[in-house]
Amino acid sequence: MKAIVNVFLKPGVLDSQGKAVHHALSSLHFDNVKDVRVGKQIVLQLDENDAQKAQEDVETMCEELLANTVIEDYTVEIVQ
Amino acid sequence: MRVGVLQFPGTNCEYDTQYAFEKLGAEVEIIWHKDTAIAKDTDLVVVAGGFSYGDYLRSGAIAKFSPIMKAIGEYASKGGRVLGICNGFQILTESRLLPGALKRNEHLHFISKHHHLKVQNNDNDFLKLLEVGEIVNIPIAHHDGNYYIDEDGLKSLQDNNQILLTYCDENGNESNPNGSVASIAGVCNENKNVFGLMPHPERAMEKLLGSDDGVKMLEGFLA
Repeated sequence: MKAIVNVFLKPGVLDSQGKAVHHALSSLHFDNVKDVRVGKQIVLQLDENDAQKAQEDVETMCEELLANTVIEDYTVEIVQ
Repeated sequence: MRVGVLQFPGTNCEYDTQYAFEKLGAEVEIIWHKDTAIAKDTDLVVVAGGFSYGDYLRSGAIAKFSPIMKAIGEYASKGGRVLGICNGFQILTESRLLPGALKRNEHLHFISKHHHLKVQNNDNDFLKLLEVGEIVNIPIAHHDGNYYIDEDGLKSLQDNNQILLTYCDENGNESNPNGSVASIAGVCNENKNVFGLMPHPERAMEKLLGSDDGVKMLEGFLA
């Protein structure tokens, strides 16, 4: 079983990297880009067959380590 | 006065910190992160600067799980004094011993230069030898020094006199090098026994090297 974790800065927390990438895209004349958010993706291979258990475990991992919930939100997707 | 200086893999300011406190007359020991206890008569623990665990994942995120951090949490909860400098500040926020978080600098560049700071509160052990409004000149060297705290958190920092230092220019006007909320350079916890700042007072101990303004700051712990 595989877990895909996406970590992004919370809405309202200025994403400087997103802003810089947005600016660069504008310089390349991609004028239809409205907003850019840069985050990170963490892919975990799990030795676990229970999707519910996997989801709960990975959420605990996010709370304890993978995300800093003071500034970041996360999503967890369990893939068979 | 006995000072313990924490050393993680990737810490690189522990010997500067040792030099600074020994210069002030303290007895200093380096504490390896795998140790599980600190000496009983320790008067101050310093979480020194550097790049613990290569800043992997987030600055300070991995260090908080080192065995010694449990002892530091207990020491702090009993009123023991802890000072986090630069990466040490990041480790203390990641460990939730200090409020807020440190993000990538707003302009995304690493900054390494002297910067002026204004003392905001001195009703604490760290800055008690300085006056409120006093300006010091201290080196900064960081990539992730952009202090963030939400509005409620900022209000409670202000209400409890927890903001220690803010970035300013030589005349004391606000000057923000990294995008920090309210130009904050350092804060303390509500009980005023855990302190964190991005600037390096231990690198400002000799006039010959640009500034000795760090002496008055670190001396507060010995006074």
